[in-house]
Amino acid sequence: MTTEDATEQGVAEDPTPGRPGGVRTAVEPEYGFPAPLFRVAARIPVPPPFHPRTWRSPLRGTWLTSVFGAVLLVGLPIVILTGLMSYIAYGPQFGQAIPGDVGGLHLPFFDWPTDPSWFYRLTQGLHVVGGMVLTPIVLAKLWSVVPKLFAWPPVTSVAQLLERISLLALVGGILFEFVTGLMNSQYDYSWGFGFYTAHYYGAWVFIAGFVSHVVIKLPTMVRALRSGPHGTGAFARWLHDSPAETEPEPMDSHGLAALDPNRPTLSRRGLLGLVGGGSLLVGVFSIGQTWDAARPLALLSPRGQSYGDGPNDFQINRTLAGSGINPVALGDGWRLRLTGGSGEVSLSRADLAAMPQHTAVLPIACVEGWSTTRTWSGVRLRDLAALAGVPAPDNAFVASVETAGAFARATLQSNQVLDEDSLLALRVGDDDGGPMADLSPDHGYPARVIVPALPGVHNTKWVASIDFRRRGGAA
Amino acid sequence: MSLWRRLYGADPLHLLAVLGCLALSGYVVSLLWEDPSWVALLIWFVGAVIGHDLVLYPLYALADQPVVLARWARRRYGRERPVLVPAINHVRAPVLGSAVLGLIYLPTITRHGEDAFRFTAGLGMEGIFQHWLLITAALFLGSAVVYAARCGFAARKQKRSV
Repeated sequence: MTTEDATEQGVAEDPTPGRPGGVRTAVEPEYGFPAPLFRVAARIPVPPPFHPRTWRSPLRGTWLTSVFGAVLLVGLPIVILTGLMSYIAYGPQFGQAIPGDVGGLHLPFFDWPTDPSWFYRLTQGLHVVGGMVLTPIVLAKLWSVVPKLFAWPPVTSVAQLLERISLLALVGGILFEFVTGLMNSQYDYSWGFGFYTAHYYGAWVFIAGFVSHVVIKLPTMVRALRSGPHGTGAFARWLHDSPAETEPEPMDSHGLAALDPNRPTLSRRGLLGLVGGGSLLVGVFSIGQTWDAARPLALLSPRGQSYGDGPNDFQINRTLAGSGINPVALGDGWRLRLTGGSGEVSLSRADLAAMPQHTAVLPIACVEGWSTTRTWSGVRLRDLAALAGVPAPDNAFVASVETAGAFARATLQSNQVLDEDSLLALRVGDDDGGPMADLSPDHGYPARVIVPALPGVHNTKWVASIDFRRRGGAA
Repeated sequence: MSLWRRLYGADPLHLLAVLGCLALSGYVVSLLWEDPSWVALLIWFVGAVIGHDLVLYPLYALADQPVVLARWARRRYGRERPVLVPAINHVRAPVLGSAVLGLIYLPTITRHGEDAFRFTAGLGMEGIFQHWLLITAALFLGSAVVYAARCGFAARKQKRSV
């Protein structure tokens, strides 16, 4: 079957599975101590799924797993690092990152920047949408190594026993992180534990498994990708073959290639296209939650929906009803209290509106992965700090009229108070120069904080007071 | 070194990597030891592995057996008419596309998080299940159209060469 016509005929007319590659024999693994015991165990006949003939796909093999591994080796560190950065963005120096005390398990602390203003939108969008896009590749990788889960004998050395235990951290870690992350971003909290704590510590178990797996397997991956079919180094040939030309990967000591492969019905490029296409599909329907132009495509995301109320039509993470605030407290009697200086300053909404107004186009980005750009106008936080008599505060404590929720208050860093675009916003509009309107009650009327690159929940709504603080100072 | 390999089964770097993994995991467990919800954490961690193996293992096994399905189909439809274009990947692609979207957006499609979402955002999750059905339909129809076109081209090519 060398000419193209003959191969096409072979696909079309011969229904019996061929045996491409001739007779295949399993490579005996390198047994550790006690080797005779493992050899005896290997001779015991076992039923499926432990029998090596259970797994028939002709595409499985060290090369294919290495391709998925290489993609994840690039993708997963992005998701891991952006996730750990989100912990820093919450302000652990003020005790407002969750979980509070994580021992040594964190990136080096630094002051979260306000520039570029889309920084948190980018990192958290990469974390959430990146995780979603990687899901098909993670599943494909797990599919490609499933024969190892049922390998017989289950252990061939002390090394392998320890490695299999460490794989529980890897596989359990990644499944736990993806399941909890996907559920949390869709408001499904049916776990019986707090999301932040679980997702954070789960990440470190996964990191433990991931780093150790990379250290152990990187040489195998590089070798497999370099060597290509039959050691020819012709990487492209694996991808060039049509289904009929596709030869199974050779058997090797890694035990992924099938002992008794079926005739291929899908080429290697077809499989990679299928997996990559799955990622693309997920990306197309997910990117809209964090990229305004693609929002109409976010058909499956709860955050793809519209409120249909003009300038205030953007996502709400805490409704007025949910906050438990008595709306009377936000009426004409509402006052903003500024403290930290020699005396307390009290301002009505009319007072605030009479102050110099600043307009800024800023994104608001949620830890759940949605974000949107809006035009905000209101009073600069640094003007309020000066008014309070603390023109150069070390931090500022913002409290909401709301008292119940975990995010009814937030401490802002000095750079977050003093940035020229940091506002106590009174009005909002779309990002396109459309009409502006007063903040709606659900978006924090009479006034809310909006700070560049700050996680959404720390942009406190229904602000009641701001305390500008100096370190060890007279506050 | 060769004695070490024969005893342990891998090089010393392997042992370092594995022990590092176990130590870091152990540190995380020690931090969570006092957490009141550690039982739920353990159940979900182990459950994620078992759930994956129980739910996806049969699907993986099934995905490995397209030839068995093809034989079954052939028994029903006879061999007189040779297959011009194999249909299997035109089924695989939309099934996988629909399944992966359904899996990732399961809490929204099944409206499992709707109460919390209404409290948080003031919106429901109605209509998203229908969106998923529509996307699924588009995937299957699109795949069918491509399949029909490929069959048409193949038939024309065969006619010409006869």
